[in-house]
Amino acid sequence: MRAAQDTSRLASPPGERRAPSPAAPAAGAAAPRPSRGHRLRGRLTIAAFLLPALLLFGLLVLAPILVAVYTSVFKWNGLRGLPDDFIGTANFERMFADEVFLGDLWRGAVLIVLSLAVQLPFALGVAMLLNQRMRGRAVYRMIFFAPYILSEVITGVLFSMILSPDGGLANLVLGTVGLESDWLSDPSTVMPSLFLVMTWKYFGFHMILYLTGRQGIPHEVTEAAQIDGAGSWQVFRYVTLPLLGPTIRISVFLSVIGAIQLFDLVWVLTGGGPAHSSETMAVTMFQFGFKRYQVGYANAISVVMFAVSLVFALVYQRYVMRRDTEGAITAMRSQR
Amino acid sequence: MNRRPAPSRAGARPRSLGLHVIAVTVGAFVIVPIAFGLLGGFKDAVQLSTDPVGLPSPWVFSNYADVLAAPSFWRQLGNSVLIALATTLVVVGVSALAAFVFARFAFRGRELFFTIFTVGLMFPFAVAILPLFVLLRAAGLLDNPLGVVLPQAAFGLPMTIIILRGFFRGIPGEIEEAATLDGCGAFGFFWKILLPMARPALATVSVLAVVGSWNNFMLPLVVFNDPSWWTLPLGVQQFQGQYATEWARVLAYVTVAMVPALAFYALAERRLVSGLTAGAMKG
Repeated sequence: MRAAQDTSRLASPPGERRAPSPAAPAAGAAAPRPSRGHRLRGRLTIAAFLLPALLLFGLLVLAPILVAVYTSVFKWNGLRGLPDDFIGTANFERMFADEVFLGDLWRGAVLIVLSLAVQLPFALGVAMLLNQRMRGRAVYRMIFFAPYILSEVITGVLFSMILSPDGGLANLVLGTVGLESDWLSDPSTVMPSLFLVMTWKYFGFHMILYLTGRQGIPHEVTEAAQIDGAGSWQVFRYVTLPLLGPTIRISVFLSVIGAIQLFDLVWVLTGGGPAHSSETMAVTMFQFGFKRYQVGYANAISVVMFAVSLVFALVYQRYVMRRDTEGAITAMRSQR
Repeated sequence: MNRRPAPSRAGARPRSLGLHVIAVTVGAFVIVPIAFGLLGGFKDAVQLSTDPVGLPSPWVFSNYADVLAAPSFWRQLGNSVLIALATTLVVVGVSALAAFVFARFAFRGRELFFTIFTVGLMFPFAVAILPLFVLLRAAGLLDNPLGVVLPQAAFGLPMTIIILRGFFRGIPGEIEEAATLDGCGAFGFFWKILLPMARPALATVSVLAVVGSWNNFMLPLVVFNDPSWWTLPLGVQQFQGQYATEWARVLAYVTVAMVPALAFYALAERRLVSGLTAGAMKG
């Protein structure tokens, strides 16, 4: 009866194997060779099941990215047909001489540093707070996560009014302590304001990640430390924090990638202004592509944005997240 | 079982009070902006400029009434719903088929194909938006909901396939063998047995797809020129541009636009939260 079964099917991962290991070779070799007809039918099934995904992904994800790479070496207004004015690396040379683009890189770095130094520790602190036994913590958790599900546009429009100089909530509240500003139109306050809005919107997401990670740490571990006489700070510093490592590394990863590709919030809040002082790479790209019809140049910016994300992702996963696959105690290790 | 030393009563009270003070402060940071929008919608221009924080007096209902009476609002809501549902249907359906093959078939090139999809996690929308626009224009899909639905589904494939594949792998082989003995073909097993068993995973990926589509801004922004196709995010942004000086109206519009997402969240908090975090952890 085994022979009747189409052996080109992976009967199953053997019962005990929990984490799928991509390295495991497709174990079809040991089984008796299936008949021709079966093999053909198996292949047809595979092709039919895979085809829709490959088509969709190839046409709408891979092809556009390849086109972006291809057109980045042309001068092209994007209006019709394919570009023909080949200019080699001129777009890239222009980009790295362009103060706005260099500023994008700088501002991206600032947002990343602020996120890692302020937003994530804040989220971690709130998560540790909600991990305490306290009344109403489910309600607090629900409220803190709520901004994450609102769209960037709603967030942006709301805060553009709150931060507005005439009648905005921010000036009214901060005015009582003498801190008034035209928050979004003053180049010196626009980045802190943008970061504040990002924190409002995203800290709840990181908080939930940490909270889930914290709950994956067995009670016995922290209790053992307490019994050994560790104070709550010591328990946090030497037990909880290291065990949260895998979660923190994922949260840092998502935060950095998000900052590199930030678009919606900036577009709605400031459009990149005043005078480019809150512009990001994605906003610059959008400006050149859809407002100034310099599509070749805009695509060169896309390519750099893509390269930056990809290099970061590869380096990060190779050197930082690698440890997480080597058996952390917590259940939260990334399940690749 | 509970061996932790009981906290002394005297110490517990002030400590828990301190915790609540911090929690309430953070809560205020989150809620005040939303409350500002909600209450601002009930004020008129004069009240907003003289007393933006306090309760409205008198309560002005015309702003909300105007929004709810505007056909454009309902149209945008309908478009958002339609596009979110269609995107979810396409991305979950197509991904489930592919994930099934990746999880339970052995064939040459499987890991290669799968790796291509996982690398797709790293492709940001922003990188592809210009060529995508050119492509959609050439295909005549501008001002067509498919022009948003299909790319959204395509960019959702990697995450959806990864999550579903993991789940499909966990289903014991005995079940598949039994189904095969009962005369189930590959598709029969997939359709009648695997999918019903995978309901929790399907719910997770559907949540991801719906929320992603609901909040998407960049793609509809470039695809829809015709206001009759606008989704809520586009409508909100446009409304702010149009009524820049009439704050109360804009705040009412923003507040009403928040309601569907917040209602969905209130009803399905656990599913939503676990879905969104599962996406992060598995990606």
